Amino acid sequence: MRARRRAARLPGFPLSLGVTLTALSLVVLVPLLALALSSLKLDAVTLRRTATDPRALAAVRLSLTTAFAGAAGASLVGGLLAWVLVRYRFPLRRLVDALIDLPFALPTAIAGIALTTLWGPSGWLGRPLAAVGVHVAFTPLGIALALVFLGLPFAVRTLQPVLESLDPEVEDAAASLGAGRRDVVLRVLLPELVPAWLTGFTLAFARGLGEYGSVVFISGNLPMKTEVAPLLVMTKLEQYDYAGATALAALLLVLSFVLLLAASRLQARSAEAGA
Amino acid sequence: MNSLCPARTEPPWVRRLLVGGALAAVGLLLVLPLALVFAEALKDGLPAYFAALSEPDALAALKLTALVVCVVVPVNTVAGVAAGWALGKFDFRGKSLLVSLIDLPFAVSPVVAGMLLVLLFGRTGFLRGAVEALGLTVLFAPPAIVLATLFITFPFVARELIPTMQSLGTEEEEAAHVLGAGFFQILRRVALPNALWGLLYGVLLCSARAAGEFGAVSVVSGHIRGRTNTLPLEVEILYNEYRFSAAFAVASLLTGLALVTIVLKALVEARERRGRRVA
Repeated sequence: MRARRRAARLPGFPLSLGVTLTALSLVVLVPLLALALSSLKLDAVTLRRTATDPRALAAVRLSLTTAFAGAAGASLVGGLLAWVLVRYRFPLRRLVDALIDLPFALPTAIAGIALTTLWGPSGWLGRPLAAVGVHVAFTPLGIALALVFLGLPFAVRTLQPVLESLDPEVEDAAASLGAGRRDVVLRVLLPELVPAWLTGFTLAFARGLGEYGSVVFISGNLPMKTEVAPLLVMTKLEQYDYAGATALAALLLVLSFVLLLAASRLQARSAEAGA
Repeated sequence: MNSLCPARTEPPWVRRLLVGGALAAVGLLLVLPLALVFAEALKDGLPAYFAALSEPDALAALKLTALVVCVVVPVNTVAGVAAGWALGKFDFRGKSLLVSLIDLPFAVSPVVAGMLLVLLFGRTGFLRGAVEALGLTVLFAPPAIVLATLFITFPFVARELIPTMQSLGTEEEEAAHVLGAGFFQILRRVALPNALWGLLYGVLLCSARAAGEFGAVSVVSGHIRGRTNTLPLEVEILYNEYRFSAAFAVASLLTGLALVTIVLKALVEARERRGRRVA
């Protein structure tokens, strides 16, 4: 890669940086500051109430487990898709490649109603599944499924460039030294892919943790059973329980920050390894 | 790209199995939901489809969504172009921190994003006094919908433009500068035309996401039909009223916008690949 030159002579730096910082502060930072201030105002009673509220705990647990399952599913399917898209040539390849971004561009509420209708008890896929006793919609399985849909672009788009950049000569070298195809894949390719794979997983996990639109229709929304944490935040807001909502929102926010920080660390490491 | 060297690729049956699995996964996860939107929308025939779209509530939602997009997209485009220039063409201390801050809205749950505005403008909000003194209504009204959407879609244009502007380097801009061009001239005549496709995709993605934002808007909208309902909220109401084909008819508009977005992205990437091959 070409080294970047310092472009101190170009004009417009103060203006463009000023516009960026002003917009960032007004649109993003001031609202987040409000949450920080509200969290500081929380008293011990509210915190203890939230931390021991069985409904809140159940919602956080459900969000964590379904987001984890969804991210794992997205990583598995995404791994297969990235491999096939980069390594093989087949009919409809370009179309499949373009479709991967659909969950990123499609409004979440529409994904939600489409998945619910599709997998619901009278849907194209839900009806045959219900006949064999598998219920997807209105169960945690349905939530995880919606999060697989949502996480798919993250998994595929983080793996694809790394797969493309792998030097085929390394595989040839391993093979010429007597490694079979399975050894080459497991011991040469896989270690190179793991950081990017984990990055995609973490991004999908963080996204799934806070997801509302695509989950709220398929989840059924029963307290203690199929109520995810963002929905509980919404419910608390509607009941004017701002303190409880703030506590839960702050927890969600901290969890996603930690996950995204981990993802960017991983990404930096895989970029270093690739250089 | 694949040689016939057996160690570098899999036997044909494995390849066929993997491709088959991938196509099946895409069919189940992506194509079927997409097909279902249009199938359900048109289930009662074209007249019913157009009738659902021309209901007064649907039209009002369309109008409000268009208003939100018309405010949000220009603001975030200006901010995104500024960020693209400052972060794509210059090196400075704290740059990576700034990039992370621009990405922040990605980490925030849409519901939490909406809640931030409730904390600012709600009953006990920090800015409530100021807003009341000015005689404005923000929460549960279009201004809050605009603010929530601004927050959610803030990173999209910047994230497209920063890497694009960075990868294009600074030589052409420096040449233009030496020849006497001012900042806006360089931006308009050199930098933006070079990054045009990235910019276009960023703007379209920002528009699609602005039109389709649901969670954040749901918190701060008053849910008053015909007044503070955007298209996705109208879809939700119709769906919850069991008017499925009307819900999917309205949804098909936003789905169409999403499809245009991903087609444009595919075109942008095909151009970039061609560009790389030529270079």
